[in-house]
Amino acid sequence: MANRETKGAGSKSSGLMVLYRKEMADHMHSKRFLIILLLILITSLASLYGALSGIQEAVKDSSDFIFLKLFTTSGKSIPSFVSFIGLLGPFVGLTLGFDAINNERNGGTLNRLVSQPIYRDAVINGKFLAGYTVIVIMVFSMGILIGTAGLVSTGIAPSGEELVRLFVFLIYTTVYIAFWLALSILFSVLCKHAATSALSVIAVWLFFAIFMGLLAGIIANGLFPTENATSMQTVMQNYTWNQNLNRLSPYYLYSEAVSTILNPSVRTVSVITVNQLSGAVAGYLPLGQSLLLVWPHLVWLLALTMIVFAISYVCFMRQEIRSGQ
Amino acid sequence: MADNQAIIQINGLTKKYGEKAAVNQLNLSVARGEVFGLLGPNGAGKTTTTLMLLGLTEPNGGTAFIDGKDCTRNPIEVKRIVGYLPDNVGFYPDMTGRENLRFTGRLNGVGEHELEERIDQLLERVGMTAAADQKTATYSKGMKQRLGIADVLMKDPQVIILDEPTNGIDPEGMHELLLLIRELADKDKRTIMISSHQLYQIQQVCDRVGIFVQGNLIACGRIEELGKQILKDGYYRLEMKAEPEDERLRELIRGVYGVEEIGDGPEGMIIRSNQDIREQISRIVVLNGYKLLHLRQCGQDLDEIYRRYFEKAGQNNGDNRNKKKIRKIMSLGRQDGE
Repeated sequence: MANRETKGAGSKSSGLMVLYRKEMADHMHSKRFLIILLLILITSLASLYGALSGIQEAVKDSSDFIFLKLFTTSGKSIPSFVSFIGLLGPFVGLTLGFDAINNERNGGTLNRLVSQPIYRDAVINGKFLAGYTVIVIMVFSMGILIGTAGLVSTGIAPSGEELVRLFVFLIYTTVYIAFWLALSILFSVLCKHAATSALSVIAVWLFFAIFMGLLAGIIANGLFPTENATSMQTVMQNYTWNQNLNRLSPYYLYSEAVSTILNPSVRTVSVITVNQLSGAVAGYLPLGQSLLLVWPHLVWLLALTMIVFAISYVCFMRQEIRSGQ
Repeated sequence: MADNQAIIQINGLTKKYGEKAAVNQLNLSVARGEVFGLLGPNGAGKTTTTLMLLGLTEPNGGTAFIDGKDCTRNPIEVKRIVGYLPDNVGFYPDMTGRENLRFTGRLNGVGEHELEERIDQLLERVGMTAAADQKTATYSKGMKQRLGIADVLMKDPQVIILDEPTNGIDPEGMHELLLLIRELADKDKRTIMISSHQLYQIQQVCDRVGIFVQGNLIACGRIEELGKQILKDGYYRLEMKAEPEDERLRELIRGVYGVEEIGDGPEGMIIRSNQDIREQISRIVVLNGYKLLHLRQCGQDLDEIYRRYFEKAGQNNGDNRNKKKIRKIMSLGRQDGE
């Protein structure tokens, strides 16, 4: 055995594949994953129950795209599936990534890993890809589950367009959660302790979900005060600023995008005047036009995810990895 | 040592953290099949050196080659033939020992049909067959260390770097570990580099040692050579026990030509001198009616060499705090060894 050369030792992709498979297995076997799955399942069913009880009211207004209403209608006190995912999605990303790197570092497995003949970036890439795969599996199973349950309980079959819209919604959801996964991996690279990185991600999450809206309002009002509504111009400016600042937040971005996709009656995502609206025929936006409206949202979400991942990538590649520290 | 035999070749390797040089102009070559001990107190730059050898940290200057492969430019090729057992090695706690080895094997591109066979072989060799299917979370420190050796051997390396391998292992485990290390060099013809601050263990297995203090390699060679070097410098220490051990005896010894200092050791007096005074001492003790119970020339063992070189380095730096620290570490090393 001693004189035998190890042949064909991992090319770049095979090292990544081995790590990816291990990470996937880890996720699937972990209790944490089961808990998160259970949480999402319960909230999904709760939101479905809420939607079913509220759907009669919704159908009274218009009876088109009923299937999509299963996802966007909220019950009396239960938020809709879409808003649930908007709030809980970050939590999924957080759970999958907050201890990705620092746990390996503290456990002494990271320096064993990087002393194997693999590129160092395979470690972080493998973790991100495995996390993203888990997200895709989770999101699509939930979407299909809710769809099926809704189908069974309402008896209304979805149209082709509804299915496509649903599919696009699920894609957006995976990208949205992937952003939080990337963010939690970033904090796991930066923070020594898993608890610190988890708390940091939660802080960012709270900021975007709650405080970003307040902050955007304050800044917009400071720049363009509307108390003594001077001109239409100022009101417009105020609103546009408020909205654009809000759009820095992935939470707002996601909510805006998915409500546009799932609700064809949404015709615009920016402010329009009564003038512009006059003469418009009330109707639904075709699928292509809806997609056109939210295309920038997807690009920005992807860009945010990539920026955050790139930062964690660079930090990880530059870090010195030694044991017992 | 001829250069064409050297498998590890380090020239002027330097690593700086800010202003402080963790490794300063290191020159070293290790021959194929040799067991080399890198000795020094904690923070001397041993781990930094091993990290640079594996391409895990970039040097500020100098080069390192293992088997002709540049450690900085081509770390993947280097890591293919170098096994590294880090200090405090860790395993995935939710996986069994066997699964951990399988993962390492796959990362090294070991074929699936060969994998299981090799795992069984290695587990047998390090004596971990019985515990192989337990989760590593249940393993003791010694078991982890043995699994770590198996893990390193998964890639069938030509060079093995062990970082503090004897840390926190009980005497029995230590003995087995040292036997295994020796066997890896003698039977498998692998080159082994051990970095450690524990002298006694290293002394037993190393062909050559290098002494590392504050980033500088201050001595390098066979243990006997280093010992002779010290004696040449006029540094003698004599351990003596006589009865009764009174002030008059001390006065008599102080009168011997060449004696510099008399101190107390755990087994009698420690006499420091600048030449060999064994004969004079024994004569004086006996002629004056004392019973000579024990007389030993120190300086041939690594502990003494280590102490001497550290004192030298400490003097050069004129830093008393460091000297104290080094003394403390040395006394710890001594306790560990005995």
